[in-house]
Amino acid sequence: MPNLFDRVFGRSAPPGSKKSGNMAKERLQFVLIHDRIHLPPEKLDAMKREILAVISKYVSIDNDHVDIALQQRDRNSLLIAEIPFLKTNEGIEEEESNIKTDDDL
Amino acid sequence: MGGKVVTITSGKGGVGKTTTTANIGVALARLNQKVVLIDADIGLRNLDIVMGLENRIVYDLVDVVEGRCKPRQAMIKHKSFPELYLIPAAQTRDKTAVSPADMIQLTDTLRTEFDFIIIDSPAGIERGFRNAVAPADEVLIVTNPEVSAVRDADRVIGLLEAENKGPGQLILNRAKQDMIRKGEMLSPEDVTDLLAIKLIGIVPEDELVIPSSNSGIPVTLNDNSKAGEAFRNIARRLMGEDVPLTPLTESKGLFKRIARLFAGG
Repeated sequence: MPNLFDRVFGRSAPPGSKKSGNMAKERLQFVLIHDRIHLPPEKLDAMKREILAVISKYVSIDNDHVDIALQQRDRNSLLIAEIPFLKTNEGIEEEESNIKTDDDL
Repeated sequence: MGGKVVTITSGKGGVGKTTTTANIGVALARLNQKVVLIDADIGLRNLDIVMGLENRIVYDLVDVVEGRCKPRQAMIKHKSFPELYLIPAAQTRDKTAVSPADMIQLTDTLRTEFDFIIIDSPAGIERGFRNAVAPADEVLIVTNPEVSAVRDADRVIGLLEAENKGPGQLILNRAKQDMIRKGEMLSPEDVTDLLAIKLIGIVPEDELVIPSSNSGIPVTLNDNSKAGEAFRNIARRLMGEDVPLTPLTESKGLFKRIARLFAGG
């Protein structure tokens, strides 16, 4: 609930509704990032999956905390990836044995 | 090198490129600059009618480029400003009648005589756009605070960067202060955050703009017009003067806000 102070100074959104100006900005932020590098969202997702698959061949990934996203710095686009690994030794050994079987094939 | 070539473009049509070109041209002339405007929208001539010069056309841009007349012969002198000229677009030809090299050659000739050569680009990102941008020292991108216009502006800025003409400077046209205040329109800050380029002017929506086009007298000649004032400021900034951007969401005063609050909105 906006307080009286906020309403007097014209700073608040009415409760329960998102202003269309903010929706416009958020939608544009999303679409411009993809327009600029000519990479639609589905292709970005496919790329992310491929990156994670490659890394998973070598290290166990903590999939619940992966964060790979496009970012803008001025007018430059960059891919920022945070890919934490699992701590358990078991997981890593399992992955290593997977690699061996892949090689054997 | 002499005069400066400024191209006014947008990507999307209908955002106010021609109005902007006419007004910046007139505003510069009022500041005693020698100015020639070029309507590069071949096939869709309209800068002449906005300027009130539609009845005086003998030769056009394509006639100059194809050597049927000298640049001087195609230049229409403005009624009120003897140092303001227009080279109109041809109506019966298309964008391919002129090449980027033709535009560079023509503007190089004009630079020796004029302080500013202002090119009104057609909408789109094809040949007409490339013709208009090729000779530019500076590019101004006109946009409106609407999703379609902002997206197209971003595309144009990307193309300008790829041609080493960018990023250019932004003119935010038709900003509606009351809608921005209500959160129902992208604000100038939103648009500059999104496009990440410098703003050279914010032009408020102004009901005096259409009547001024109707009569062929650009609105910047009306000292009571807020849009006209914004165009005059853009002209001064183009001349290198440091004119601070006046924030559009200027305070309406605490009492008005309180009154609105008790009125239920």
